[in-house]
Formats: sequence, structure tokens, C-alpha cells
Amino acid sequence: MEIIAAITAGILVSIGVWLLLDRNLVRVVLGVVVIGNAINIAVLTGGRFNGTTAPFTSAAGVPELASNPLPQALVLTAIVIGFALFVFALAVLKRTWELHGTTATDRVTEVAEDDAPDLAPPALATPSAPADREGRR
Amino acid sequence: MSTAPPHLLLVAPLLVPLATAILCLLAGNRPRLVQSLSVGGAALLAAVGLALVHLADRDGILVSQMSGWAAPYGISLVVDRLSAAMVAITGIIAGATVIYALAHDTDPARGKDFHLLVHGLLVGVCGAFVTGDVFNLYVWFEVLLVGSFALIVLGGGKRRLAGTVVYLFLNLLATLLFLLAAGLVYGAAGTLNMAGLAQQFAAGTAPPGVQAALVLMLVAFSIKAALFPVFGWLPASYHVAWTPVSALFAGLLTKVGVYALIRMVTLLWPEAGLIHDVLLWVACATMLIGVLGAAAQTEVRRILSFHIVSQVGYMVLGLALATPLALAGAVFYLIHHIVVKANLFFIGGIAARLTGSERLPAMGGLYAHSPWLALLFAIPALSLAGIPPLSGFWAKFVLVRASLDAGVWMAAAVALVTGIFTLLSMSKIWNEAFLKAHPAGAAAIRSSRGQGPAMWAAAGLAAITIMIGIGAGPVMDYASAAAAQLSDPRQYIRAVLGVEGG
Repeated sequence: MEIIAAITAGILVSIGVWLLLDRNLVRVVLGVVVIGNAINIAVLTGGRFNGTTAPFTSAAGVPELASNPLPQALVLTAIVIGFALFVFALAVLKRTWELHGTTATDRVTEVAEDDAPDLAPPALATPSAPADREGRR
Repeated sequence: MSTAPPHLLLVAPLLVPLATAILCLLAGNRPRLVQSLSVGGAALLAAVGLALVHLADRDGILVSQMSGWAAPYGISLVVDRLSAAMVAITGIIAGATVIYALAHDTDPARGKDFHLLVHGLLVGVCGAFVTGDVFNLYVWFEVLLVGSFALIVLGGGKRRLAGTVVYLFLNLLATLLFLLAAGLVYGAAGTLNMAGLAQQFAAGTAPPGVQAALVLMLVAFSIKAALFPVFGWLPASYHVAWTPVSALFAGLLTKVGVYALIRMVTLLWPEAGLIHDVLLWVACATMLIGVLGAAAQTEVRRILSFHIVSQVGYMVLGLALATPLALAGAVFYLIHHIVVKANLFFIGGIAARLTGSERLPAMGGLYAHSPWLALLFAIPALSLAGIPPLSGFWAKFVLVRASLDAGVWMAAAVALVTGIFTLLSMSKIWNEAFLKAHPAGAAAIRSSRGQGPAMWAAAGLAAITIMIGIGAGPVMDYASAAAAQLSDPRQYIRAVLGVEGG
């Protein structure tokens, strides 16, 4: 069972790396997600899952063949965090498509290398007293 | 330790920014209230940090077991001298940043959820400094990462989004590597408690598999700390964010990676070995490549971004030499660098607002227009380059001295050459932005009206730089005491596990 999970994690990582190396940002996002899930499986496998019963300790002690709950707790945390980051990455992807009109990573990232834009003169953007301009949303 | 550790104070570095973030959220769109809450929260965090420095200096390592679960089963919060100093400096930089953000600016990021997100980020940063558990460290890294993602893209726009894409994916990848390493360490060693791992290493009972997993973890920290050859994401992304955001990142974020490196390497490998040899080469390459990269840049924040990379090399040099003097130098450098680097980003931002651009060819005339700003720039710039009697001189002096003591001439030479190139870079900014006349004439320089808070924040940090420089003795004593704690992991093991280690 562990060997199957380990090989699965390895295959998923290789698929993820292959996707990450693509020029298309959509596939890069998917690549990160696939690698993230592969690593979740790897963490679970690394903590060994040869146990077959739930690890509920009673007065009689720990049941024989109890599974290790800690890696499951770790992975649960990692899944929740990974989900939040995936959603953020999707939002960045959507906004990139809207603003840049392309999802080619090198087209997008080269914009960050452009010369810094000139700053707008203060008078034009905020006509009144500077301190009270926070509320705009 | 005779008295019980102050548990509430140990949790306070997490609770204060968390409570501030929640209050900022509740205050909604009442900007004045959010600003006051934010400044107050940062001041409270700095006070908590200074209290921790005082206690850690007096009582040794402070430990609190969360929920009362004893060390290997629960999560321990551990504050030694290094952690306490990092929390204090985080509070100070946070305070300066939120005050700086009050200044008038036309950037679209101003007035958005900046304060809320900054305190969210601080929860992660402080958590990483106080935790004594590897997986918990991963969680804090994620917390600060989520905050930093939202902050770097704040305000939007094509250029900022492009930088965010680079920052997002490379940091996500580093965090995933960290998660994998944490999982493998647990699988091999059966514990994620740092003291527990250190105990296994000290006793020589660590299984061989755990070494590989820990090296993978060091790679993940190196990406966070922007070491050669995995620093590329930093100069590609820091310059696109809003100025206070850039300054906060420049001051704190890579230093969380450096802190994690120092913590793990000193705990697990207290004696110099192969890891230290590799780190020594990495440190020298980082110093040189960073400073040479800066030489090719012509925008203020890009020059400074490359200098972050170069300066991180100095701290890792101290770690790599592994002598108590070198570690003390690394701790001193960490404290000095956070203040100086954030301040340079602050002043670069003010200079850009006055001249209308941060491209050096389009800047100029600031020395004639506002000599006080020029003085404010000169203090951190000279300190960064290591001119006595400012803080950077003592930091570099100790590190060069430690390299010579250890017989590593090459590292000493690289450190000195890097210092000279740093001075060249700083004089480039000085000549172009301050001395030279403004290309569009002196009338093109804008009024500094509304920049008061920004000037005060920069002046406060400059005062700290001077104080560290003039009062180098007490600070170095503290750094030496912190280094003594770091180079003897048995203290840490005893404090957390309550047993003799090794």
C-alpha cells in the first residue's frame, strides 16, 4: 500500500513539474496544484499508514494496528492552506488575463522589468487635503 | 529557571497583531480609526518585543507549552535572545511602516486594506520567530505568505500584477518543498519538535533519512532568504509593490528565512561541518552576485533589492563560520540590517514622490531642495556600506574579524570588496537623486506637503541606526549572549524538553 502511494506521489510530482515548465500560466497554476497534492500524499505516506483501525485510545490502551493520526492532521492543515493559495493563484490568473490579455508567462513577467512609471503629480489625483482620502473603496 | 515563564507574554507576539487585524477588519471603512488601531497595535507589539528581550536576557530561554501539552506532544513556543530581538525589531519596523503609510501618496494601494493585511502578515512573521515546532513553522510561513501575496498586489495594475506572478509561484514552490521536508522529517525521525530533533542529533541517534529531508528544508529556507542561486524571485518582484509594502518586505521577509536557517543549523549542526562549508561558498557567492547585480540597475528600489540579496550573504557568512564571534556578528547584522534596509526603501520612496520618478536619470536636485532628506538618506546608506561609527561598520567589522580568526581569508576579502561595491552603489543613488540637478529643472520638484509621517518614520529608524552604532557595546553584548545560546543547543533542549540533551 505504501509503495503504491509513494509511486503515485512521484508520478504526480513529475506531472506537476512538467506542467510548471509550460509557458502558459494556466498550466503553471495547475502544476502547482498537482505538486501540492502530490506532496500531501507524500507527507501522508512518510508518516506510514499501515494502521487499519482508528486511533481511539481507551482505558485498555492504544488499539493494535492503530493508524498514526498526526500525518493526517498535518495533511488536513496543508490541504486547507493549499486550497486558499490555489484560490488566490486563480484570482491572480484571472486578473492577469484581464489586464495583460495573455497567459504566456514570459510576456507577463517581462512587464515587471519595464521602467518604473512616472508618479502622478499629487494635485491631479487627490485635490483636497491628503489626510482624509482613505475611505475610497 | 526559578520563576514560571510569563505564558501570556509568550503568546502576545501572536495575539497582538491578530487582535489588531481583526479590529481593523471590524473598523471597516472608518480610515482614521483603522489607522489609530494599526499604529497602536504595532506600538504594542514593539513593547511586547522589548519586554521579551528584557526577560530573555534575564531568565534565559523562555518556554511555554501550548494547551499544557508537554513538549514532544504539543506545540512549544520558545523565545531565546535571538527570537526576542527579532520580535522587538519586527514591532519597531511594523510601527515605522504603518506610520509611513499615513503619508500622502497617489498610489492606488493607499486607502485599501493595507493596515489589516500588514497585521495579518505580522502574525505569521512573529509566529515563525517564536515557534519551537517544525510543522508549526510551516503554518506561520503560510500565514505570512498569504499576507504578503495580498500586500504585494495591493493597488493592482499591469506591472504590479506581473511582479506578483513571479513572487507568487516561486514562493509557493519553496513552501511546498518545506512541507515535503517537514513530512519526510516526521517520517524519519518521528518528531517535529525542534528540541526533539536537536536531541536526536546531539545523541547521534538521528536516522540517516532525516539528514536528506533536513537539507531539503534548508533549500526551502534558502529560497525564502534569497540566497545564491535561488534569489531570482526577489529583485524581480520587490520593486513593483507600493513603497511601504516594499520596505516592510525588504526589512522582514527574507530575514524570516535567515532566522529559520540560523535556528535549524545551529540547533542540529552546532559543530562546523559539510553544511557549513557549503553555506560559506553560498554566502560568498550571494554577497558578490547581489552587489554586482545592483551595479547594473538604474532604479532606486531595484538597486536596493539587489543589495538585500548581497546583505543576506553577510548573515549567512556568520552562520557558516559557526564560531561564537561569527554568530554574534550574524545576529548583530540581522538587527542592524532590518532597520537600515527598511529605512532606505522609505527614503527612496520619499525621494521618488518628490522628484516624480524612481528612475535615477529622471531624478535629481534633492540636496538643494530638501537637505534634511539628503541627511536622512546618508545615514542608512553609509551604515549599509559599513562606514564607522554607524551600525553597519560594527556588523561588518565583527564578521571580517571572525573570518580572519577562522583563517577564511577568501570570505574576509569578499566581505570587504562587497562593502566597497555597496558604497559605490549608494554614491550612485546619492549623485543621481540628490546632487545632480533635476533634469526638468528645479521647479519640477514637488512639494513635500503631506510627507510628514513618512519623514518621521525615516528619522526614527535613522535614529535607531545611530544608536546601534554609538551604543554598539551593549548591543554587541546582547548579540554575543544570543550567539552563546545558539552555539550550545543543550540549553535549548533542556529548556524545552526539561531533560539533559546529548
